Amino acid sequence: MGIAIGVGVTIGIIMLLLLVLVGIYNGLVQARNRVDNGWSQIDVQLKRRHDLIPNLVETAKGYMKHEADTFKSITEARSKALGANNIKDASAAEGQLGAALSQFLLTVENYPDLKANQNFLSLQEELSSTENKISFSRQNYNDQVLGYNNKTDMFPSNIVAGMFNFTKRDFFEIENKEEREAPKVQF
Amino acid sequence: MWELINANKRNSIILMLTLAFVLLGLGYLIGFAFAPQVAWMGMVVAAIIWAVMALVSFLSGDKILLSASRAKPVTKEVHPMLFNVVEEMSIAAGLAKMPRIYIINDAAPNAFATGRTPESASVAVTAGLLARLNRDELQGVMAHEISHIIHRDILYVTVAGIMLGTIVMLSHVFLRGMFYSSLGGSRRYSSRNNNGQAQLIMMGVALLAAILTPILAQLLYFALSRKREYLADAGAVRLTRYPEGLASALEKIANDPSPQLSVANKATAPMYIANPFKRKGQKRLANLSSTHPPIEERVKILRAMSGASYVDYSRAFTQATKQPTVLPVSCHQDQAAITTRQAYAETTTSSQSPLSEPLQKTGDIIRKVNGFAFLECDCGLKLKIPPNFKSHKVQCPRCRQTLDIVK
Repeated sequence: MGIAIGVGVTIGIIMLLLLVLVGIYNGLVQARNRVDNGWSQIDVQLKRRHDLIPNLVETAKGYMKHEADTFKSITEARSKALGANNIKDASAAEGQLGAALSQFLLTVENYPDLKANQNFLSLQEELSSTENKISFSRQNYNDQVLGYNNKTDMFPSNIVAGMFNFTKRDFFEIENKEEREAPKVQF
Repeated sequence: MWELINANKRNSIILMLTLAFVLLGLGYLIGFAFAPQVAWMGMVVAAIIWAVMALVSFLSGDKILLSASRAKPVTKEVHPMLFNVVEEMSIAAGLAKMPRIYIINDAAPNAFATGRTPESASVAVTAGLLARLNRDELQGVMAHEISHIIHRDILYVTVAGIMLGTIVMLSHVFLRGMFYSSLGGSRRYSSRNNNGQAQLIMMGVALLAAILTPILAQLLYFALSRKREYLADAGAVRLTRYPEGLASALEKIANDPSPQLSVANKATAPMYIANPFKRKGQKRLANLSSTHPPIEERVKILRAMSGASYVDYSRAFTQATKQPTVLPVSCHQDQAAITTRQAYAETTTSSQSPLSEPLQKTGDIIRKVNGFAFLECDCGLKLKIPPNFKSHKVQCPRCRQTLDIVK
């Protein structure tokens, strides 16, 4: 009788531990999926930015004859960003591209003819919105990475994370300081 | 964040249960007042009415509310900036799907969100709001609405609104019934014996209950919905990282001179970002029964924020109102410092601009929603062609030039 109770209690405790383990594991997987999802969202927006640039350059070129340098730095940064294949490289290249684009949007202020072009105006709205979308998706991604990394650090989920090889993720950070501030766009 | 949503869900369930008990109690009392032998029938009838309304509101509450507000679904061409701003905020909030967008043809600036789940949500804004706000302000307002969506406020407001409506309706029917039966002068049960006397007392109690419960239920509902407005403000700042955007949008909404929103009613009022009913000179009463906290207070809190996290909002709340924070404890685990960002758009000086400008813009947005074509003649005159205009050509009234209508 006593043995039976002992066995029952032991099995109960083991079951309970297993349940807790499964719960923590699922929580980790969920957090990791949110991180991946956040990253793919950034990817979508970056691709949109890359697709917008040729169109924008084409429209603006006719009006901005003396700004060859600006266009060159944009196209160069774009091809560098297209070639990047890990998060750190991509962060750096996209930061550069962002800086080049905000420089471009500032120069546009000197060309009233261009600013009056209906086609350019809608492109400009798309571009500045894409820039916002990139920074908001980055904000969301970093939030999710923070939550996930905290889970891999904190007890007791860090034990489960170690057992099943949940590694930490990198933040999407921007290298140069000016880029941290959102591009100023005037409407 | 998830703790906040869970706390919100729990509060919603508690409120719903309380309202359900109030409803059943009211049904019982009314049943007792009319026929004491079968008082439980009153409860059954109340429960059936409630079940039908709850089912309808759950399945198509958002569509009912949107069409009651005469909101029209719009495409990106009508207002690209609105679409972009909503998409930006959906991304910041990590929503799987962007909410559907509606425009209400009204000059009063206001906005609301509705829907059952975050995936099937809708947001609606008035044309007046679009005409008055700059990009940062519109972003603040949309972030506030998206916060309502991720906090699961939208389902709660829809269903609780319907439940409240049922209570009001039941007591209304009862009071009307009493009025007409007293007019007829006939009483179904004699008051000669003890039973009749007890019934008379119960009648009085039921009468009192029928008058008081809708008021009490409404007060309860409003107290919770005000808290939700603060929470949505805090969530909005966390999404935009820019408290000033929402603050100046709220200020513009509060100081707007246009008449109050004509499509809002008592049941839909709690959905809007700002109370659609303007009551001046009734401040104390308004504080007790209003669905929304006073706008000046919300602006004061937002302007007192030093960062963009929930902790910063709590601190600013205590500083501005001298009251303990309304945010649930779970929000204070959000310790990571979040800094605010700079403005995107230049702060517009539309408060100094003539009144006619936003009015004209409002008119243009309303016409665009309704499918008007816009033409600009070479002489500089702008023509607005209604969608039912049959001909493909129109003559400019100023320079007599014939123009082609392209849609």
